[in-house]
Amino acid sequence: QTGSVSGKVLDETGLPLPGASVVVKGTTRSTSTDENGNYKLAGLSNGSITLSASFVGYQTLDKAVSISANATVNFQLVPDAQKLNEVVVIGYGTAEKKNLTGSITTVNSKDFQKGAITTPEQLIQGKVAGVNIISNSGQPGVGSQIRIRGGASLNASNDPLIVIDGVPFSGNTIDNAPSPLSLINPNDIETFTVLKDANATAIYGSRASNGVILITTKKGGSGAPVINFSTNNSIAMVARKVDVLSADQVRAYVNANGNATQKALLGTANTDWQDAIYQNAFTSDNNLSIAGSFKGVPYRVSAGYLDQDGLLITDKLKRGTGSITLSPRLFKDHLKIDLNLKGSLTDSHFANAGAINSAIQFDPTQPIYADNKYGNYFEWTQGTGSAMVPNPNAPRNPVALIRLQDNNGNAARSVGNAKFDYSFHFLPELHANLNLGYDVSKGYGSIAVPTYAAQSAATNGSFSRALKTSADKFSEFYLNYAHTVESIKSRFDVTAGYGYYDIATTGYNFTNYTGLGAPIVTPVFPFSVERNKMLSYYGRFNYTLAEKYILSATMRADASSKFAENNRWGYFPSVGFTWRIIGENFLKDSKVLSDLKLRLSYGETGNKDGADIGNYNYIAKYYASSNTGQYQIGNTFYNYYAPAGYDPDLRWETTTTYNAGLDYGFLGGRLYGSIDVYYKKTADLLSKITIPVGTNFSNELVTNVGNMDVKGAEVSLNFTAIKTENTTWDFGVNASYNKRNVTNLTLNPNSGFKIDAGDISGGTGIHLKYNAVNQIPQSYFVYKQVYDASGKPLEGVYQDLNGDGTITTDDQYFYKSPDPQFTFGFNTAFTYKKWSINTVLRASLGNYVYDNVSSNFGVNSNLLSTVGILNNASSDILNTGFTNTQYLSDYYIKNASFLKMDNLGLAYNIGKLSKDGTTTMRISANCQNVFVVTKYKGLDPELATGIDYNLYPRPRTYTLGLNVGF
Amino acid sequence: DIAYATPAGYKQQLVRLYANYGLTSPSGSDNSDVGGLNAGFADFLRLFWTSQELVTDEAVCNWGDTGIPELDNATWSTDNQFLRGLYSRSISQITLVNDYLRQSTADKLASRNITGADATNVARYRAEARFLRAYQYWVLLDAFGNPPFVTEADEIGKVNPKQIQRAALFTYIESELKAIESDLAEPRANEYGRADKGADWALLARLYLNAQVYAGTAKYTEAITYSSKVIASSYTLNPSYANLFKADNNIGNTENILTINYDGVSGTNYGGTTFLINAAIYASADAAGMIAGEYGVPNGGWAGNRTRQNLPALFPNTTGSIDKRGVFVGPKATIDAISDPNDGLKVTKFKNVTSGGTTPASLNGTFSSLDFALFRLAEQYLIYGEAVARGGSGGNVTDALTYVNRLRQRAYGNTSGNVTTAALTTDFYLDERGRELYWEGHRRTDLIRYGKFAGATYLWPFKGGVKAGTSLPAYRNLYPIPNADLIANPNLVQNTGY
Repeated sequence: QTGSVSGKVLDETGLPLPGASVVVKGTTRSTSTDENGNYKLAGLSNGSITLSASFVGYQTLDKAVSISANATVNFQLVPDAQKLNEVVVIGYGTAEKKNLTGSITTVNSKDFQKGAITTPEQLIQGKVAGVNIISNSGQPGVGSQIRIRGGASLNASNDPLIVIDGVPFSGNTIDNAPSPLSLINPNDIETFTVLKDANATAIYGSRASNGVILITTKKGGSGAPVINFSTNNSIAMVARKVDVLSADQVRAYVNANGNATQKALLGTANTDWQDAIYQNAFTSDNNLSIAGSFKGVPYRVSAGYLDQDGLLITDKLKRGTGSITLSPRLFKDHLKIDLNLKGSLTDSHFANAGAINSAIQFDPTQPIYADNKYGNYFEWTQGTGSAMVPNPNAPRNPVALIRLQDNNGNAARSVGNAKFDYSFHFLPELHANLNLGYDVSKGYGSIAVPTYAAQSAATNGSFSRALKTSADKFSEFYLNYAHTVESIKSRFDVTAGYGYYDIATTGYNFTNYTGLGAPIVTPVFPFSVERNKMLSYYGRFNYTLAEKYILSATMRADASSKFAENNRWGYFPSVGFTWRIIGENFLKDSKVLSDLKLRLSYGETGNKDGADIGNYNYIAKYYASSNTGQYQIGNTFYNYYAPAGYDPDLRWETTTTYNAGLDYGFLGGRLYGSIDVYYKKTADLLSKITIPVGTNFSNELVTNVGNMDVKGAEVSLNFTAIKTENTTWDFGVNASYNKRNVTNLTLNPNSGFKIDAGDISGGTGIHLKYNAVNQIPQSYFVYKQVYDASGKPLEGVYQDLNGDGTITTDDQYFYKSPDPQFTFGFNTAFTYKKWSINTVLRASLGNYVYDNVSSNFGVNSNLLSTVGILNNASSDILNTGFTNTQYLSDYYIKNASFLKMDNLGLAYNIGKLSKDGTTTMRISANCQNVFVVTKYKGLDPELATGIDYNLYPRPRTYTLGLNVGF
Repeated sequence: DIAYATPAGYKQQLVRLYANYGLTSPSGSDNSDVGGLNAGFADFLRLFWTSQELVTDEAVCNWGDTGIPELDNATWSTDNQFLRGLYSRSISQITLVNDYLRQSTADKLASRNITGADATNVARYRAEARFLRAYQYWVLLDAFGNPPFVTEADEIGKVNPKQIQRAALFTYIESELKAIESDLAEPRANEYGRADKGADWALLARLYLNAQVYAGTAKYTEAITYSSKVIASSYTLNPSYANLFKADNNIGNTENILTINYDGVSGTNYGGTTFLINAAIYASADAAGMIAGEYGVPNGGWAGNRTRQNLPALFPNTTGSIDKRGVFVGPKATIDAISDPNDGLKVTKFKNVTSGGTTPASLNGTFSSLDFALFRLAEQYLIYGEAVARGGSGGNVTDALTYVNRLRQRAYGNTSGNVTTAALTTDFYLDERGRELYWEGHRRTDLIRYGKFAGATYLWPFKGGVKAGTSLPAYRNLYPIPNADLIANPNLVQNTGY
């Protein structure tokens, strides 16, 4: 006996959905709806079956039907705002969002930050809970500090692993380029996937402790070529200047407090030195892409050209980028090939950033120009006539610092890979995947200072060069087998693979010359090579039961050449369990809940990279002295070899992460998000500690000592407040809490141990930040300032915390750190017909900054200098009245919590220009760095290092953009 | 092993041992192979000088760098970065010597086919290496008393070093210096910059002069014996005191016994004589009327170190017009506030100009080429005299007077400053050492030997952190074992009082 079933598939508003697919579950029978949303399936055996209706962008809906003769079943699908069926990339594979076991967040291009964005990581600033991205400054193309869940290490790297289209980046810098990531064009990027917990990252093993960011670039589509051209043109301006005294204030101060010699030094000019070094900076960013399919091969070709000026006069970045992706599918889709090739060239002129401090400090009563032998820039001098030399203890003229230094950099980078994914003809569920790739770069730069410049008077000008190349190569191969056994409602997905990575950099040494062409220092070696290799095996086993219970286990074994034979291998397992509660019967038909999923995971990851972890630190080695490190015996200067401290037992740093997460969705995904709590514990911390003096060639060594904890929580929420035909209003909010704590730093546990982790500028060797037991890493270690009745700090008066009657370093205490306790991101987009308005705000609570500008410049002895000059002072001098610098007073540790509006944008989507044409157009206007709300009085409260000094200001940028599609 | 493959390699690596006290690192001034403090602070002489002078009546520094104010006030804590730096630097040189001695055993030489004259040379290198180790152990003996103790028998990275007690360390240094004597070159017969018998005797004389402090037993007779050996050798006073501290003091100088060699281009660091010169002077014409270029450092002048009023008071005047050794400039001798750089006179003893008035080449217009004498004949004269005055036998007052008056005649340019036997009291020698050897790294040791460092018998401005000066507890006659090493090495016990 057979029967049939028919009906309609409708959308949430009751309109028909043409082209929706209807499948009899567990069979190959399927059909799709016609123009009116009708479907019909005939010739079905009588009895109970399950019908499943699905449509792109909608949640799949299952219904049980009893077939006898003609049955009628209608479906009304609800939109899937949460995209639970979306496929996301994970380490060595892909997974459906709903089946994820790890803590993973994706950000798609439509949600990226907008405006003038030169480096990729800026695209997701404030967008992901638990990911804190702080740009290093306002310089064009400058890098950022990226921290996923705060970072798990002390002296090893805290940077996440970044993988672009399957090419892992080594983290090596490119010299003479703004930042390595700035050589990747943000316009080519489609998605960011952030892997946060160990279940998601552990398959990357020893590079995964600080999280992983997978970047996927845009790929070709199908059919006719789509040409897209975009141009963004911006003007950037200084949003805030450092608050210093005006020329009149300086004159008044000197006349009131100075001696006759100092009064005589006063000039009559009114120079705002900060105005003199900053400019309004233009940027033009133009991108052209063609994507489509040629003879069945999807392709995308793009080219970009960026021309960006910096706020500092003469600062400039020009960048050309190109990318090609080809995705041929052969043998009836059995062999999928993805070729990615990216190349970029940058041409930079770096303005002398030393001018930023000089501009703060330089006497505003002096003119910019003067009639002298220093290129006619005013300079503080001593002596007269031919014996006149620049005063060595004076700041140099800020404008001369910039104008008389020609610092050019040229860098080139190419990243490419070829991925072959073969699904076996005899067993299509088995895939073999081969990924071969490279990342090569070269950075060349030169700095020339003319003979007459005061900044290099000691050598009559100077000329120096630098060149560094890097060549990373890798190959990865894995097998994947996925199979569903309906009878036991089980799905198995197994991956096992191998990887080999070779990372090498070559630094070239050049002779430095005086401006007259005489060699200053000649190198002993023309170049030196740094290289390390890694060999890996990895695997993943996923088991899904009844689409409700998912167990995922991963394992990676890495062997690195950075460690001795017996410590070479590190093993990094993880396990994750997911319970799709929404799949249980009692929630299945819930009208309110659309998703509910519990994730639990545990895993171990490793870390071995970072500036302090050399490639050869485990071997006893001698290194050669340089030509400035010779020693004279008799009449001969000798070079020699010096043994370096080493640790033969150096090994992996291991971070264990526990994560519990809840993914939720309401009202068909109109409200969705996740909550995660985690606990990370790093053991065998690669940290610099003091070792017993006399046991090695140095008194400090980076070795595996100590432990650190990180505790944190993350909440994200996405909400569609309005969704009608003409109007949509979306919100996204995320909040994170993160607290790091060092629990041990010594071989024999000692709670009193601390080691310096950051000096300030001004005096020499003044340690401000320490890594210490029971403290947040990089905590400030300062004296407790005593204030008078009016709240004014008393100069040099500190609390005698140990009560011994004198103030010594024993009276310093730990007070705050640069780490924020809470960070928040907020974004919203409102669209009405063709108009849309969007904004991104970020906030940070509990981060403290050391105001090094005020502590160094805001004192009487700086303004009324005793070295025969006058300086300007930070306006803070009026608050403290300090005569001498009080560098380690906790007065200078300031609460730098802030709320920033990163972005405010307005766009008008014209759509099709003509009724029949295909040309579309979109116009946008954007403002970045709109406002900052903070109690901090300095230039900018957002500082990764926590020390405010010589900061290149982050500009306020206005952008007009045009996007045309053909 | 490449480093030691050839006889020339052994020579190079011997130079590396000397370079360890001349430089902060083999790669120039920006790096240091001793961690925990700024590379500019981390060379031997700067740290040694700071520990020997800044805590006394001879010097004061107005910088606020961590640890400096508490040295000015002699209230240092166990975390003081300069004291830890000195401790680490001294032991670093000892560790390097130990490695050198392990690499140059008879077995190792044989395995590398180094024989005959080459092997004989290496034997001398080994003796010099042991001298350098003994010298650094003397520094530790004097400053820290009971430091960790490692010799070539202790391999790298194996076990925590044991602590040695002060008296035992005294005996060790004494025995080492005697054991190597015969392997060292005759006085002034070695290459410039390398230790010879003269240096060996000079250190023994200094060691014995302080034996009462170091080992609890006076050894003035031995001090006379060894200072006499130096005096009887071919050393002679340089006719010009000023030229001893000028950039060409490595040429034709018969007074210096062992020097640390600096060069403004090839061997650069921000310590050494670069520090002594730059920190003492101002960059430009201020009230003191100094021009850095006149001191051979046109791009320098760091305005930090001055002297307290006690030192200029030892001289008949402050301009050097009578006693040419006392060359001070500045508007005000009295220290009322350490932080005021105009308080206290500047010391212009060290100059990076040659006796002919030219400035040697310098990488950045700041680095100095002036060599620093660790030992010079004048000190041996004064050791001889003081040991005689303190009752040592084997010497006599007549010779002592001759030696003292040689120094004073050079200082005055004539006999007008000569003294008589009656003046040669024990206390006279402390003052004369102040005049002859000030700022050369002797003062703390001298004040302790005279019982005037701790306690209240002698006060100087800001001693103990009080402007008028106050008593220091006796435990401050020794520096503390740095807290960092105390934590790292459980074998160590802190010095009494800290």
